[in-house]
Amino acid sequence: MTTATNKEELFIVKEQDVVPLRNRVKEYGVKIGMSILNQTKLITATSELVRNLLKYGGGGRVIIESVTNGRDLGVRVIFIDKGPGIKDINLAMQDGYSTGKSLGLGLPGTKRLVNEFDIQTELGNGTTVTIIKWKNG
Amino acid sequence: MQNNLLASLKEHQNKLLTTWSQLLQANGSTDGVTEEEESKEFAALLLDALQHSNGNTDSDEFEKVYDLLIGISSSRGRRGFSPRENAQYLIAFKEAASSILSEIESDPVKLYSANLELSTLLNNMTILTFESYMKGREDVISRQIDEISEISTPVIRVWDGVVALPIIGTLDSSRTQVVMENLLQQIVDTGSSIAILDISGVPAVDSLVAQHLIKTVSATRLMGAECIISGIRPEIAQTVVHLGIDLTGIITKASLASALQTAFDMLQLTVVKRK
Amino acid sequence: MERIPILKMGDFLLVTIQVDLYDQLAENLESDLINTINKHNSKGVLIDISAVSIIDSFMGRILGNIAVMSKIMDAQTVVVGMQPAVAITLVELGLSLNGVISALNVEKGMDLLRAKMYNGDKEEQTYDDSNQ
Repeated sequence: MTTATNKEELFIVKEQDVVPLRNRVKEYGVKIGMSILNQTKLITATSELVRNLLKYGGGGRVIIESVTNGRDLGVRVIFIDKGPGIKDINLAMQDGYSTGKSLGLGLPGTKRLVNEFDIQTELGNGTTVTIIKWKNG
Repeated sequence: MQNNLLASLKEHQNKLLTTWSQLLQANGSTDGVTEEEESKEFAALLLDALQHSNGNTDSDEFEKVYDLLIGISSSRGRRGFSPRENAQYLIAFKEAASSILSEIESDPVKLYSANLELSTLLNNMTILTFESYMKGREDVISRQIDEISEISTPVIRVWDGVVALPIIGTLDSSRTQVVMENLLQQIVDTGSSIAILDISGVPAVDSLVAQHLIKTVSATRLMGAECIISGIRPEIAQTVVHLGIDLTGIITKASLASALQTAFDMLQLTVVKRK
Repeated sequence: MERIPILKMGDFLLVTIQVDLYDQLAENLESDLINTINKHNSKGVLIDISAVSIIDSFMGRILGNIAVMSKIMDAQTVVVGMQPAVAITLVELGLSLNGVISALNVEKGMDLLRAKMYNGDKEEQTYDDSNQ
């Protein structure tokens, strides 16, 4: 059972919102004593996902939460956009796939950086990506 | 509803303590002095709580009892008591209290309800002791895990500008992360441009371990240092080839000595024998 | 518009990134740097990223672009001071920054640039010799 203890919500509409978001996520990591390496992985994953949110979803909301699961502490970040959604989610999760002009390691690469990764998408209704990085994960 | 029989146990505190410690000694789940102090404090607090909180087991007095109990159990966990001994601690208390109750009350109905209430209370406390006992043990385990990962990844400065890291045991992903972190941090701290990863102590290299090794080499190169993998035993070379793992692009050496020789070559150093 | 300063030191350009990058800032750096290489006919670029705590795929791509673009313009790029956590994260992400040459610190990076220049000259020399 994963429960949230502390949460806040940020609206991301332009590129300049990205740096403050990364800093907020980092603060959540610092608060639970996450190692520098895991903090870096978490904010890098955040950076990748928020770029997708801006580029494909036209902006959206990001929820940051401190979560616990028994003895484990972690940070959960949820990215919610109301964009066009992803057509073929299995294809998007393959290494080397990209519709935009990036390197195409967005989603699968990001998944490797975190402990839990969940993506829900519906054509025309947007995409919600949830990631959790555990303190010792 | 508070049974006033339980409240009156306070008057028999000393007798209860004696009976309890006799029971504990009888089943051998005691270690003497520390415990006597703990037990005395616990009995005093619990009996006070029974006397003053009118059956409300969430009162401040009971909170104090629970806190103390959690402390006692986790410390018993760390002191190496077995789970059985830990459970017997409160069970013995219940027996002692129940024997005193039967001495001071003869009406079976009253005695029954007092015993029932005592049972419920102590059963809940037993669950609490178990949880904190396990927590105490888990703390020991997690501390040991930390220690193991600490001592199992020593980074050695073998030469000015050359660090070596012998890996003993299996390389899984969490271990690889610790290895990488330590190695890269040492590279930064010592300003070493060559790192040697010795895998003589790794029992087997499968495709996953190979992937971890390749990741470590890539990360080292990203930082601007070179990584040599040494200690490739014949059977490792065989499995690597049979599994079709591609190690080209990585400098591999059979022994730490030849890896060091390669490092010297890269640093344009020569070792000469004095005449 | 925020910009990252580019310093000229003889034949080399020195860039120290002191702030966390966002996409636009990184893109500006790319074009500014290439223009400056052209303006001064620089032979080498040293990018110090020791204060950068995050590099994701976009910024990684920019670094790669800079290395390749400067190479075409006959300038060598060396990236120095990458944090261990950043390096591990990049590898985990699947980004190996092909074409980017790195060094541990500014000093080693400078040595590397000079060595590259020297070797480059020597190669030209031999080429000339064989022509004569």
